[in-house]
Amino acid sequence: MKVLVAVKRVVDYKVQIRVKSDNSGVETQNVKMSVNPPDENAIEEAVKLKEQGLVNETVAVTIGDDKSQDVLRTSMAMGIDRSILVKTSISLEPLAVAKTLAKIIEKENPDLVLLGKQAIDDDSNQTGQILSALLNWPQGCFISELKIEDKKLFISREIDEGIEKLETSIPAVLTCDLRLNTPRFASLPNIMKAKKKPLDVIEIDTLGIDIESKIKVLNVVEPPKREAGIMVNDVKELVQKLKYEAKVI
Amino acid sequence: MSDIQREEMSYDVVIVGAGPAGLSAAIKLKQLNNQLSVCLLEKSAEVGAHILSGNVFETKALDELIPNWKELNAPINTKVNSEEFLFLTKKKSFKVPNFFLPQSLQNHNNYIISLSNLCKWLGEFAENLGVEIFPGFAASKLIFNEKGEVSGVQTGDMGLDKNGNPKDNFEPGINIKGKVTVLSEGCRGHLGKEVIKKFNLEANNKSPQQYGIGFKEIWEINSENHKLGKVMHSVGWPLENDTYGGSFCYHAENNQIFLGYVIGLDYKNPYLSPYDEFQQFKTHPEIKKILTGGKRISYGARALIEGGIQSLPQMHMPGALLIGCDAGTLNMPKIKGSHTAMKSGIIAAQVIDKHISDGENLSIYEKEFKNSWLYKELHLARNVKPSFKWGLIPGMIITGIDQKIFAGKLPFTLQHDHADHESLELAKNSKKIEYPKYDNQFTFDKPSSVYLSGTNHAEDQPCHLLLKDSELTTTYTLEEYDEPAQRYCPAGVYEVELNPETNKQFLKINSQNCIHCKTCDIKEPSQNIDWVAPEGGGGPMYSGT
Repeated sequence: MKVLVAVKRVVDYKVQIRVKSDNSGVETQNVKMSVNPPDENAIEEAVKLKEQGLVNETVAVTIGDDKSQDVLRTSMAMGIDRSILVKTSISLEPLAVAKTLAKIIEKENPDLVLLGKQAIDDDSNQTGQILSALLNWPQGCFISELKIEDKKLFISREIDEGIEKLETSIPAVLTCDLRLNTPRFASLPNIMKAKKKPLDVIEIDTLGIDIESKIKVLNVVEPPKREAGIMVNDVKELVQKLKYEAKVI
Repeated sequence: MSDIQREEMSYDVVIVGAGPAGLSAAIKLKQLNNQLSVCLLEKSAEVGAHILSGNVFETKALDELIPNWKELNAPINTKVNSEEFLFLTKKKSFKVPNFFLPQSLQNHNNYIISLSNLCKWLGEFAENLGVEIFPGFAASKLIFNEKGEVSGVQTGDMGLDKNGNPKDNFEPGINIKGKVTVLSEGCRGHLGKEVIKKFNLEANNKSPQQYGIGFKEIWEINSENHKLGKVMHSVGWPLENDTYGGSFCYHAENNQIFLGYVIGLDYKNPYLSPYDEFQQFKTHPEIKKILTGGKRISYGARALIEGGIQSLPQMHMPGALLIGCDAGTLNMPKIKGSHTAMKSGIIAAQVIDKHISDGENLSIYEKEFKNSWLYKELHLARNVKPSFKWGLIPGMIITGIDQKIFAGKLPFTLQHDHADHESLELAKNSKKIEYPKYDNQFTFDKPSSVYLSGTNHAEDQPCHLLLKDSELTTTYTLEEYDEPAQRYCPAGVYEVELNPETNKQFLKINSQNCIHCKTCDIKEPSQNIDWVAPEGGGGPMYSGT
């Protein structure tokens, strides 16, 4: 069995996001970039499956410029066998990402595709779902547990009512929740080894797909600042304020 | 944890800390001999993320190391084009004419830069030369061989819970051995502190080491208030005459200004809060004028070393070298430590190359250092900081005579009298200081400042601020000094709280807020706090600082 993991390079979750002064987007210059955290869960799960002997090859894919190689090296330092960079300087929308991944999947022929449930930069939460539709494969989203027996997938998902248990077959697309596992640290010797693992680069133009943006970003602004609270003298005043000023009752 | 099997890796040279000193040593080593294997450990999540500095940069050392840095697009763009030195009183400011200023405070030919960005650039340069840089890995312990020589470092264990037990993702630290270990952790490095003690490196020092705490904020300001390339320094208000310190304000690229404050940690009043002095400084009309309409985008603080040549420890020891601010090569009157740290790294690389290829003893560092411009520069600067022990005005006069008339060549050396932790007076003999409330426009509280530093530590890990004796926090620092840690810590790590059961006050340590400035390790009157490296990747996430 072969697993393909899709990885996105995003602004590190510890960075305080700042809107560019010209309001064209978020400042990414000189900002620390990392593997999208839910993608780390996908990587961890793939590596675990391989350690359990259920999978014999793990491949990581990312889409981006040359700098995106760092998230692939991190993936390989965590235990992924080899990786592919689909090179482009444009930032892609979920549909274009899914189309690109579908092309790679056509070539690589994996039995299972693992993705993070969403990326922490745009929070779109669409790529996995679109990909499963494009491939016409079953999907399991926000999985918090995965068991594989006789080529069948047993999935748990945390939903409002409790835990939903699903069963499906391979090939399938799964998106991973943070609850699925605890991603390992890349050890120093493994970082060294990852430098020697294969990393293929594919120019996005060679895939023959339409990656043009369908959405135009007009303006990016910071959310309005929360105003300071005030002290009220009595319940009457509170009700007045809630009714006429805040207009919530 | 002694029964853990640890992996081992071996290099020719292991460098701890990717600041200007460590990076320069790594680059120079590869330039001298490309065959040398060089490993560089950095505790922050990426190179530059723990670098906080003014910074007006003198390119002297970089010119030597990478002469074509301009063509290679080093992030050094803004040449200093105007200067101001102000003496502040509460409401007014007086400009000190530039011709009165000593050479060391004149900055033509220097550049306003972000040292964090420069280190990031140097890191990429070093990696291209084949230096193996490992960000996110803290060197937590020194390793010694059977002869007692330093033989490398052990990286910190990852994935321990707060009681020190392994979690699911536990990853034991590994031993990294080197023919030579270079310690370049910056001011008050915890391994540097250990070797200074173990090898008695301060035995020949005439003066105890001196430190300061420096704050820096980046503001994006209105373009009409912005004067690209302008450098402004001030002394005076809000500090009292007997406290050593001053401000900087540098107009950098992108309508940003780098605004900061440095206060000597030899201050005496335990009620003094360096953080609040800085915040208050920003409410001076002269500063408010610049900040009005602007927005604060970054905050950080870091201890810096001020002792100068008379406090500099011996920089070599069996198996290792101690360089940059980990030893204390900052030039105080210039308020610059980057070029001197870099030079100390360049010299280290030259010495190590001779040591490995020709078997020269590391002790030749002493001679090479004394023959360099670095030594001459620090020698000429030596009398400035100690002259301020008599107060601001006498200090300025003596500095004027020493630097302006004699150009640092007076035939004597003033000494520092005390270590910084000895300088506090008892709380009962000190005046309480009431600081104004934060206005959230120019001045801000500690939590919102720490938020801007991007500080984060993995939750549920052992506390990295160790108390040698936890009793002392109540019986000594709280009772005698009203716990100065709650004021000198720039990140609100130390808080005094009341235990409702015993009705007694106790010291609460919020180590997850720590921005790795090391002030507590320096200033705590009983030297009770030991700063050690937390899990790699933790701490502030500075960028553009």
